[in-house]
Amino acid sequence: MRAAAVLGRRLSAGALVTLAVAVGNFFLFRLAPGNAANLGLVPNASPELRSSLERQFGLDHSTATQLRAYLVQLAHGNLGVSFGNRQPVAANLWTALVNTVTMVVPGLVLALALAVITGVYAAWRRGSAGDHALRAVALTMFAIPGQWLGMVLLYGARGHLPAGGISDPFLTGTGLQAHLVDRMQHMILPCLTYALIVYGAFMIVLRTSLVETLSEGYILAAKARGLSNRLILRRHALRNALLPLVTLVGLTIGTLVAGVILVESVFSWPGLGEAIYNAVNARDYPMLQGAFLLLTVVVVLSNLVVDVTYSYLDPRVQL
Amino acid sequence: MRVRDHKAAAAGLVIIVAFGLLAVLADVIAPSSIHQQVGPVFGPPSRGHVLGLDDSGADMLSLVLMGTRVSMIVGLASTVIAVAVGGVVGVLAGYFGGRVDAWLMRLTDVFLVVPILPLMIVVAALWGPSVGHAILIIGLLSWTPTARVMRSQVLATRERAFVRRAKAFGAGHMRIIWHHVFPRVRGLLVANSVIVLASAIFFEAALAFLGLESVTTTSWGTLIANAFNRAASSAGAWWAFVPPGACIALLVLGCSLVAMSFEDAGSARVPASHIFAGRLEVTRRDGQ
Repeated sequence: MRAAAVLGRRLSAGALVTLAVAVGNFFLFRLAPGNAANLGLVPNASPELRSSLERQFGLDHSTATQLRAYLVQLAHGNLGVSFGNRQPVAANLWTALVNTVTMVVPGLVLALALAVITGVYAAWRRGSAGDHALRAVALTMFAIPGQWLGMVLLYGARGHLPAGGISDPFLTGTGLQAHLVDRMQHMILPCLTYALIVYGAFMIVLRTSLVETLSEGYILAAKARGLSNRLILRRHALRNALLPLVTLVGLTIGTLVAGVILVESVFSWPGLGEAIYNAVNARDYPMLQGAFLLLTVVVVLSNLVVDVTYSYLDPRVQL
Repeated sequence: MRVRDHKAAAAGLVIIVAFGLLAVLADVIAPSSIHQQVGPVFGPPSRGHVLGLDDSGADMLSLVLMGTRVSMIVGLASTVIAVAVGGVVGVLAGYFGGRVDAWLMRLTDVFLVVPILPLMIVVAALWGPSVGHAILIIGLLSWTPTARVMRSQVLATRERAFVRRAKAFGAGHMRIIWHHVFPRVRGLLVANSVIVLASAIFFEAALAFLGLESVTTTSWGTLIANAFNRAASSAGAWWAFVPPGACIALLVLGCSLVAMSFEDAGSARVPASHIFAGRLEVTRRDGQ
């Protein structure tokens, strides 16, 4: 019962942040010079046309009325119409979100797998040359800008793998298999780039946490019971050491989002990041506004999920 | 602090200072003008041009050197803004507590949750591309971690005897903050600014890549962006984008090294593993 109340409070706090961002979003775009009627979308428009456009877009109403209309439409899921392809922003964003998830999830899984393997090895052989080398690699990965790593991989794989996009529009092969192979080929570089840029922080945190866990009393107790190192490591140490990783994901969701934007821009992967890149270049403000709002909601929700997961995994931590 | 930490911190510091020197001396060292075509488009590295030529036939070494100057200016200037704002917010919230603390931390929480790079992109797209805007945007949106760290440190300092004593002697808030609290948290502020510098360099490159820095600017970020837009990767011209990216990675690495040794120095207890590499080891818990 208490947990439900706490969850409700966290949810409403998240909703409040989202509302604050939505209102901030509204005024941010209001502060920009020009509006939909005089932005130059209609060149050489007469003053009459401009004022009719202003009436049509409701720009002659007071700011408060406009804000209310904006929020009401937002609550109905209406994010406006993209200047770019004249489609509803919400529909564009949904397609993009699905594409982003198909790139991010394999990337994160790969990064996590790499981090666990190398992190366990480094913690186990603490202080050895291998430990130092692996940490140096992880620190370097952490320091590399995503767009640059993407270009380096692109350079390495030029001629062997497609340079961008999610599928080949001129694919000659037919059938499910040809399509799957084509999709996989397009996925390799973006997923690998994404995995490598998020890997660094994962590995460093996991190693530190594992070294700390190995100094706990229950590890010594397990050793005294005569359990094998392998079993202790897997069942007693690694499980507990994974906890800070959950926190890290929560703390670095902003960074993970930044990685998505840069990697998708490099590989023209038609997800949220690429949508932002294109919206910036085409000055497609409704898309930009919508994408930013969606990303905020995603981050707020992920933070909530991370907190709930954490208190589930570690009952000592209360929400 | 262990000896190795000293070494890592020194190495990081050397990297940062070296880039600072390169930035100051850029136009003296640069072998040729960055606006002058000195050879073929994407000319490969040669004896005369060790880093090759870019898409307009300009010398890459000169471009990277001049880019170092702009990137360092953007990085340092926005770090100064971020650390100043974050420091003031953190000290005020921690020192005064109560309602001031509640409101400032609520503001900080909102900024902490909002994804920063997308917000920077939105503001930069609305303000228009320029170096000045990049500095302001990065600076004004990167202060939250500093504010949080400073607040918790000030909270710990506030109740110390020397602060209470100064208060009992009738010292004003400004005097206590400036003479008693601030000197205690100054080191932390310096450590934090190194982290902020690293992220500022990162953000500069990201904004430039998305076309949100003026095209006439030469920075590490715009060099990478330019190489990407002219398809340097598929043209095989690695020298057009590898050097500026390597500079970013090296500088960020230097910042991480310095920041990490500050962190290690902060936590006195180095955990000792009971088991590692197959050896049973019973150690004292204080790790000595």
